[in-house]
Amino acid sequence: MENLINIFIKSIFIENMVFAYFLGMCSYLAVSKTVKTATGLGIAVIFVLGITVPVDFLLENYVLQEGALTWISPEFANVDLSFLSFIMFIAVIASMVQLVEMIVEKFAPVLYTQLGIFLPLIAVNCAILGGSLFMQQKEFLNIGEASVYGLGSGVGWFLAIVGIAAIREKIQYSNVPPPLRGLGITFIVTGLMGLAFMGFMGIKL
Amino acid sequence: MSEPLFSKKNLKLLSDPMDNSNPITVQVLGICSALAVTAQLKPSVVMALSVVAVMAFANVIVSLLRNTIPNRIRIIVQLVVIASLVILVDQVLKAFVYDVSKQLSVFVGLIITNCIIMGRLEAFALGNRPWRSFLDGVGNAAGYGVILIIVGFVRELFGSGSIYGYQIIPDSWYISNGGFYANNGMMILPPMALITVGIIIWVQRSRNRKLIED
Repeated sequence: MENLINIFIKSIFIENMVFAYFLGMCSYLAVSKTVKTATGLGIAVIFVLGITVPVDFLLENYVLQEGALTWISPEFANVDLSFLSFIMFIAVIASMVQLVEMIVEKFAPVLYTQLGIFLPLIAVNCAILGGSLFMQQKEFLNIGEASVYGLGSGVGWFLAIVGIAAIREKIQYSNVPPPLRGLGITFIVTGLMGLAFMGFMGIKL
Repeated sequence: MSEPLFSKKNLKLLSDPMDNSNPITVQVLGICSALAVTAQLKPSVVMALSVVAVMAFANVIVSLLRNTIPNRIRIIVQLVVIASLVILVDQVLKAFVYDVSKQLSVFVGLIITNCIIMGRLEAFALGNRPWRSFLDGVGNAAGYGVILIIVGFVRELFGSGSIYGYQIIPDSWYISNGGFYANNGMMILPPMALITVGIIIWVQRSRNRKLIED
């Protein structure tokens, strides 16, 4: 239990997807103009990450890894399919995103129109594929740890995008030098937020 | 039809992404990997070359297939093309430059979700001939690579005092050897990559006022 909480806190604050690894920057920059749409996209990302990481964990451990296929027959002990992992992971992600898109369209049509093109683009949001690839690297012991990691990373991404959206709403009233307006200042503010988040690195878990 | 291979229009495809429509600073595509691998120059160069390779070939393949891909499943088709090319690049890197490949870790895989590639496939390769698509791919990937290399250069120089792994700042300058100089450890940390790119954007836009957002 303690272990799970550790993974959760670590993936939100210390290994934050945006500030420590810069994952999902494209939609992070493009959809963070208002807090409302940012919240919607953030929730969608938590949901997709929370599902795809455990599914990819199962895929990794029962199909792709060396010797993972022994549950079918012991003859497959030497089969190593891990070079296929990129293509398998992206297929899982693309289908999950399709599912989320249908659910959102049915139950929250307003949000659906607001998110527009960015909902299908979650499929190519690097935070999602990054979550699965980091999961593969960290070699979690069981599916519980993997799901908690997925959820935590999603929550971290959510916090980051809502934070920057709030700052951008305020910054519209400030006198920023013209060449820095828009993209430039957003980069610098994100950098400063990242420096603030580095303060969490001191936490020992 | 009998347009020369390097006509003015075609050369513009190569040169535009360097400045006026740079994928990173103007189109805001492919930021993720641009920032994460740039703590040193060497991984930046390797990453830039990998993206050039993937992007040029993905553009050509999709452009060749453009009349046969059904519109509804085009995203999946594009992802499969990109993912197969990235697997090739990943295997090549593992075989020939294993240490850099370890340093890049998951970011080679993340070329798949690099929005520049998807973005150019959607916006260009689906509607243009293979040769023009090839030039567009090389141009955009090079525009991306240029930013990567500038950021990598600045961060390695100030963060570790070296360039491409070779020590530039003389040893005797360092405080530990009785000198006056110390490396700025902050440059190696991730947030400084963002701030460096922010400053590049600032410089570019004050030189080219057309790009300013209001």
